[in-house]
Amino acid sequence: MITMESVSKSYSTGVPALNDVSLHIKKGEFVFIVGDSGSGKSTLIKLLLRELTPTSGRIIVNNYDLSRLRRRKVAKFRRNVGVVFQDFRLLKDRNVYENVAFAQRVIEVPTRQIRKNVPAMLSLVGLAGKYKAKTWQLSGGEQQRVALARALVNNPPILLADEPTGNLDPRNSWEIMKLLEEINRRGTTVLVVTHNREIVNAMRKRVITMRKGIIISDEEKGEYIDED
Amino acid sequence: MRISTLWYTFKQGFKNIFRNKVFSLATIATISSCIFLFGLFYCLVINVQYSVKAAQSGVAVTVFFDEGLSDDKIQQIGSQIQSREEVSEVKFVSSAEAWDSFKEDYLGEYADGYEGDNPLEGSENYEIYLKDVSKQPELVEWLNSVPGIREVNRSDITAEVLTNVNTLISYVSLAIIGILLLVSVFLISNTVAMGISVRREEIGIMRLIGAKDFVVRSPFVIEGILIGLIGSALPLVAIYYLYKLMMEYANANFAVLSDMLKFMSVQELFRNLIPISLILGVGIGFLGSLITVRRHLKV
Repeated sequence: MITMESVSKSYSTGVPALNDVSLHIKKGEFVFIVGDSGSGKSTLIKLLLRELTPTSGRIIVNNYDLSRLRRRKVAKFRRNVGVVFQDFRLLKDRNVYENVAFAQRVIEVPTRQIRKNVPAMLSLVGLAGKYKAKTWQLSGGEQQRVALARALVNNPPILLADEPTGNLDPRNSWEIMKLLEEINRRGTTVLVVTHNREIVNAMRKRVITMRKGIIISDEEKGEYIDED
Repeated sequence: MRISTLWYTFKQGFKNIFRNKVFSLATIATISSCIFLFGLFYCLVINVQYSVKAAQSGVAVTVFFDEGLSDDKIQQIGSQIQSREEVSEVKFVSSAEAWDSFKEDYLGEYADGYEGDNPLEGSENYEIYLKDVSKQPELVEWLNSVPGIREVNRSDITAEVLTNVNTLISYVSLAIIGILLLVSVFLISNTVAMGISVRREEIGIMRLIGAKDFVVRSPFVIEGILIGLIGSALPLVAIYYLYKLMMEYANANFAVLSDMLKFMSVQELFRNLIPISLILGVGIGFLGSLITVRRHLKV
């Protein structure tokens, strides 16, 4: 599903953010990517979303060769990758339903279809009863659920979660992780970038650890490795 | 593109105006002022041109014939003149008519002593009216070369002054309209840029979800067009009532000048002013927003 071959990325300062990174993630996997600040996680996510292009190497995501992808094909490619962030990035002037429907509207899904898909997705994330609520009326955990519903409503084969529990208390963090696990069980490939040691250690999933732009460990049922 | 998407982007464009109320209002107000000024200027230019045209149509070239020239020959010359492209009307004035007109203009009741006589015998002539007064010298040159024509009377100065006034007004109006348009495009562009910066996060999300360029950009273009449209419709209403009021006032208070001042009717004026202003407004909105969207929204 995701293949990176000898990928390097340097910014204009010349310092490499990623240095000769290779990895392969199979369809339906659940993978944690861990590492401290400056380890290259954010660059990795941006490369997978085709917000950046690698300085060298090759990236293939769901059969799209991102190094060769033409600019006008980028929009279509991005429909293959759902994404959630630490700060939720919801539209504050719209309610829960509109936030999720927004993801479908902008990719031109017919209204009749939207009316079916959005309630179904809100049920999956446990927010069916709050579809009219404005996002600022929700707790952090609920806001992240809305963000998840928005990321998944277009049915992408891959979900990227960038620090999804970073702004949540432990109870909400666990609920979100359970939801991600459920989504993964339904067939979506899930990549979670996180700092949350407890969750990583407890879930016993594949863990890729990065440090200073390189992968220092990649283990099935791995654990969080501290920097020292 | 789907109808539902089109409708959605239209609604978003409309909502953008309200989300960005203060800026939108300021822009609508400024564009309204620009279009209002344009409208006033347009009224002025059109009415001056209208008066000039009316005056121009009164400028005639008069040709007199060789003594004893036959009626057939005179008629033939008349047809030749009429067939010229720059000529709008040729009027034959017989000696009797010339004398009647002279009496009426200059002699009045003192003409009684001339009863039975016509001192202007042999002064039958053609009064030639031109479509475009600037073509007068060419016509006069040609008339002088026509056999049978004794004399050509013309009013060079009037023709030249009228032509110059017309040209000057056209240039000045073009310059002012151009400046107003540039100002308006700049303003719309600024408002849309402000809207984009306010909604940078929303745009970012749209891109990540996989929205096409067209879907990301079109609400902003629609916002610009709507602002332009509202900004051009409002001053039209104001100008309509103002123009009517001014015409009534001028007709009531300056009746003496009615020969010189010719006002175009409201209907005739607005037949052109409405489409021109609306196209200008929409054009400014489209252009201003498109420039900004292209610069700031590289997806």
